[in-house]
Amino acid sequence: MSERGEIRLVQGNEACAEAALAAGVRFFAGYPITPSSEIAEIMAVRLPQLGGKFIQMEDEIASMAATIGASLAGVKAMTATSGPGFSLKQENIGYAALAEIPCVVVNVQRIGPSTGMPTSPSQGDVMQSRWGTHGDHPVVVFCPWSVREVYDLTVHSVNVAERLRMPVILLMDEVVAHMREKIEIPPQVETVDRPRPSGDRQDYLPYDDSSDVPPMAAFGDGYRFHVTGLYHGPSGFPTTDPEVADRLIRRLCGKVQRRRQQLALTSAHLVDDAEVLVVAYGAAARSALRAVREARSEGVRAGLLKISTIWPFPQEVLLSLAARVRRVVVVEMNLGQLVLEVERVLKGRAPVQHVGRVDGELVTPEEIRAALEGV
Amino acid sequence: MKRYLRQQYMPHIWCPGCGNGIVLGALLRAISRLGWDQDRIAVVSGIGCSSRATGYLDFDTLHTTHGRALAFATGLKLARPELKVIVVGGDGDLAAIGGNHLIHAARRNIDITTICVNNRIYGMTSGQASPLTPKGRLATTAPYGNVDRPFDLCQLVQAAGATYVARSTTYHVRQLCNLIAEALENRGFSFVEAVAQCPVYYGRRNRLGTAVDMLKYYRDHAVTVRAAQSMQPEQLADKIIIGRLHHVVEPDYESEYARVMEEARRRADR
Ligand SMILES: Cc1ncc(C[n+]2csc(CCOP(=O)(O)OP(=O)(O)O)c2C)c(N)n1
Ligand code: SF4
Repeated sequence: MSERGEIRLVQGNEACAEAALAAGVRFFAGYPITPSSEIAEIMAVRLPQLGGKFIQMEDEIASMAATIGASLAGVKAMTATSGPGFSLKQENIGYAALAEIPCVVVNVQRIGPSTGMPTSPSQGDVMQSRWGTHGDHPVVVFCPWSVREVYDLTVHSVNVAERLRMPVILLMDEVVAHMREKIEIPPQVETVDRPRPSGDRQDYLPYDDSSDVPPMAAFGDGYRFHVTGLYHGPSGFPTTDPEVADRLIRRLCGKVQRRRQQLALTSAHLVDDAEVLVVAYGAAARSALRAVREARSEGVRAGLLKISTIWPFPQEVLLSLAARVRRVVVVEMNLGQLVLEVERVLKGRAPVQHVGRVDGELVTPEEIRAALEGV
Repeated sequence: MKRYLRQQYMPHIWCPGCGNGIVLGALLRAISRLGWDQDRIAVVSGIGCSSRATGYLDFDTLHTTHGRALAFATGLKLARPELKVIVVGGDGDLAAIGGNHLIHAARRNIDITTICVNNRIYGMTSGQASPLTPKGRLATTAPYGNVDRPFDLCQLVQAAGATYVARSTTYHVRQLCNLIAEALENRGFSFVEAVAQCPVYYGRRNRLGTAVDMLKYYRDHAVTVRAAQSMQPEQLADKIIIGRLHHVVEPDYESEYARVMEEARRRADR
């Protein structure tokens, strides 16, 4: 794979669409909403060229549903939306988590609640991406800070969804989605396919809990199995047995819990001698890195922990870095969401300060520097 | 017909006298008559008593969220066109929360057959009014008589673009089965409304008697499409028009999208 890729100037949303195609996505259902529409528009052009299917559904609920339906047919499937649409998708995201249907949901965050101030950037959907659907459920959420990372994390989202048989959320923000950067598009990417059953059709158990990710047949392959949003046993048939119910939900949540460290993607910048650690993600992390560099030129020993896996929260990494600093500054474009997680993990081991912004503007390096330098 | 049932999951959850079993029987006989490959049939349902049918059927079966069966089925059908896709749902599921998906599936003329088990009530949640509860009828949420006017679902889906539309009742089982078979054979969006009794909630509250009394009501109030043509609107007010209401041949979504794929490839090659 030493073959060089093509260097292209691409927009974040474009990188997302191209990466999904490279990862093998062949079905997309969506509903127009800025700032995510480019993804749907590119999919509408590209999918039929590749033998895939694109459909504009009547709303985001339907888009999520169609995405799950297509995935059950054995096709890698994705949908993309933004704020209000993400709210509408929640019930069916929970369905995909319970019924263990792999799919990728892109949410390009815009400021809310409600229609907000279209379509200014925000990072206000951090908690919604974790707890948006009702009930205990597993969640994996990735958050890119550059066009390069949009590409890589989109491929990764598809692969993790397939490997773990679950919905994966790619949480972008308006800045990253609409930004253009030069990136190298690799000639091919590593892809992962969901585990498939190999045994006899008669013996197939779609929710066999002898492994934590049971093999998944496709509709039409002759396995004739049942899929439901009701709690179910290994056969897929509904149950009200408390023991079976408990085992099911613990297995589902365990799929992610057990792989927390593996799933945790972060990068540390200038942290070796840092006294103050900035924690940030997405577009805010770009301003944060600049602020850290500038603060250093003023003699403040600052470092950055840039988080790419929001959920499950990379607590081990944070703990080890925070052990070496005097204080922590969390930067995000909301009034305090991921900071709650940072505080939970640090349990008072270091003072935590929050720099937030909810006026629809990108948080600036100056604001962050004020927090770094003004002790 | 037994070969289409997952007998290990019987007995079913439906109350004695419920119309759901009759509709399911008609569907299975229609499938059997067409001799379709059991491995190439997917049945998709929403949430409600009627939607629980999928659990008992030995096909690929998908029990989705309330009202969304047609949206799930649309993705499934597009991704796997060789599958015969059938949607089963209640009047609340398909006409209230799922009403938008219903008209859009009809508009696209996607090759899915939808069977609406119309018991004029929300059965699973114990008897609230549905968009098909007639005006004046009682429901737990219409304790003084329903003020809403009901839909004529068949007219609605026809206007929205369905290419096959029919209605029958659980009294007219043979006709119901024939109509479902025709619907299954139509390539495009097909809709069959099966008027069915819920003796437990709709029947009891409205003093309509036993399940048998409700079937007799269907017998006495059904008029054929042809007979209805020479009747006045007032005469038809409390009647159930049964039979094939609409059938036209038009290209289905899949064949239209196949052309899109060809065109997209041609342009990409240029
Ligand atoms: C989003 C959502 N809202 C409400 C419900 C509760 N609910 C379950 S079944 C049902 C109505 C069922 O009525 P109908 O579709 O007519 O089917 P029937 O039970 O009569 O066959 C409702 C409202 C639900 N499950 N999900
Ligand atoms: S409540 Fe009504 S619709 Fe539901 S199973 Fe009982 S009789 Fe049938």
